[in-house]
Amino acid sequence: MLKSYLKQRLKEKEILLMTHIVLGYPTFEDAFRIIEAMVNAGVDLMELQIPFSEPIADGPVILHANQKALAEGATVQKCMDFARKAVKSFDIPFLFMSYYNIIFKYGVDRFAGAMHNRGIVGAIVPDLPPEEGEDYLSAMEKYHLSPIFIFSPTTPEERMTYLNSFGKGFIYCVARKGVTGVATDFSRQLKEYLSRCRRATDLPLALGFGVKEREDVDFLKGKADIAVIGSETIRLVDTAGVGAVGEFINSLR
Amino acid sequence: MKDRGYYEGFGGAYLPEILIATFDELVETFQAAKNDPGFWREYVDIMSTYSCRPTPLTFAENLTRKFGGARIYIKREDLNHTGAHKANNVMGQGLLVKRMGKTRVIAETGAGQHGVAAATMAARFGFKCTIYMGEVDVQRQRPNVFWMERLGAEVITVREGTRILKDAINESFRDWVTNMDTTHYVLGTACGPHPFPEMVSFFQSIIGKEAREQILEIEGRLPSRIYACVGGGSNALGIFQSFLDDPVELVGVEAAGKGLETGQHASRLSSKDASVGVAQGYKTYFLQDHDGQMKETHSVAAGLDYVGVSPILANFSEKGRIRFESATDKDVVDALSLTIRKEGLIPALESAHAFAQAFKEASAMSKEDIVLINQSGRGDKDIFTVADAFADPKWQEFIKNKAEEYHA
Repeated sequence: MLKSYLKQRLKEKEILLMTHIVLGYPTFEDAFRIIEAMVNAGVDLMELQIPFSEPIADGPVILHANQKALAEGATVQKCMDFARKAVKSFDIPFLFMSYYNIIFKYGVDRFAGAMHNRGIVGAIVPDLPPEEGEDYLSAMEKYHLSPIFIFSPTTPEERMTYLNSFGKGFIYCVARKGVTGVATDFSRQLKEYLSRCRRATDLPLALGFGVKEREDVDFLKGKADIAVIGSETIRLVDTAGVGAVGEFINSLR
Repeated sequence: MKDRGYYEGFGGAYLPEILIATFDELVETFQAAKNDPGFWREYVDIMSTYSCRPTPLTFAENLTRKFGGARIYIKREDLNHTGAHKANNVMGQGLLVKRMGKTRVIAETGAGQHGVAAATMAARFGFKCTIYMGEVDVQRQRPNVFWMERLGAEVITVREGTRILKDAINESFRDWVTNMDTTHYVLGTACGPHPFPEMVSFFQSIIGKEAREQILEIEGRLPSRIYACVGGGSNALGIFQSFLDDPVELVGVEAAGKGLETGQHASRLSSKDASVGVAQGYKTYFLQDHDGQMKETHSVAAGLDYVGVSPILANFSEKGRIRFESATDKDVVDALSLTIRKEGLIPALESAHAFAQAFKEASAMSKEDIVLINQSGRGDKDIFTVADAFADPKWQEFIKNKAEEYHA
């Protein structure tokens, strides 16, 4: 379902935009206004991160957003309530992003059921390789949700094929080594990596980590299907406030 | 992913995709070394010429007389080079780093013992070295920071999260996902994703191998009980492993901090406050809330102040093979004081947890019983914390004078 939505959308646009926010950061009210600005600026889909105390794949910007959201009292239940409201209010697909412990403690089947009830279409769980994800994969299947798997520049082709056999919706390609929110070199090497990814799957490719301006998005046209903007909007909210989000997204494409 | 390392439901390898290839290489290198008899010989050789292996087993005659029960023996891991069992693990992993051809090592540290050991190994083998240490621990273990820097390591103060051991582990992973081509992460305890629990236990098993031979040689029979403190669990697994098939009661002692009832502790297996979860790449008991957010922990001993525990120990706890107890900060300072006075030994605050529990039980045991206590490290590093606990006026005077000297 997610895949066909994306393919349809790609007939109209050269490249799609996916953005990422941390739920409860800076507050739930502001998070809602950020989504509104992003949707109005034409964002095609969004990741809603449920904050976790130990986000090991995230760099300083998203790490601090996680910590701040938790310190301000964000809970999984509040995130679930928020997700229901977001899906009802805006006509784009939403995904959850979080670390496996959040799902595990909620109950894997119950979590997938809660996603389904709220109309969340898929999830990105960066510390859950398919080898550890048997329960998760069957729960996602049961509720017709898309488990998004990740390719990285260190992933051999054989493993890309393996990951592709579990992935639905799209593949999230990590642009480089390292954590989120650090500069990426948009180079020939990245182009070659993306063509390796393309050969391994017929799912749309999202490219994330270090995408922060129009030039980066332009570079990705024809090489990836979705440009992922993560840390940069959080950085923008920190420095220029919620009001600056719409203009920034408009400037990307 | 080649192998996942489960201990009946605990453990695993919950890794970000970017690290899978790195772990595959590590698993392969470790398994090849483990199956190579020459590797263990090389390891024992370096531990006996560069460190102080075999470490002695000391009969604690005065403590034995004081409690009037079991005969108390102490395994002297404090006599390792750098003053703790941590040397066993870092030298072993250092040999693997050479096999992998990497040139840089990183490590987390709580008490600073693992950091100092890793920095020492890096100096000896010619590796670049970065140590991550929580801000709270930098404050309470300053002397170790000094030595790590003298040894040529870069010490990075971690100001994220609770600013202790778990946060230093997170920052080490963040470094590793960036620099894995040149860098090995020398995890200091039997936790984290596979193969770390197995690999760290393998290198630490040298403690129990020696202790078993030593007690059989001295007493001609096995001990009734063995006590070891448990932070991540590496010194405990190190000594326990050689006695798993024997009729020996194994006792792991966790930090009860200010008391289990206060919630300010680090008891994962001996309190009801922990539950099974997945963090830092593995599944075990964590001190976490209903949502799965990790809680703040507390212990006077930085090396035990950790939210998780070895998946191997979690499994032995469930099976009832190892009994888990806990000792409060106060019990520990008392036990430390007694051990210093009676035996002239200065255990680390971490190790003093094992002593505290043994002291609670020794009197009730018969004179025929033997107990072993693993003195995992020496206490010199704790001079600031211990001096505070004793409120030593002469020490305070000295510090004031020293500060004046620096025009503070």
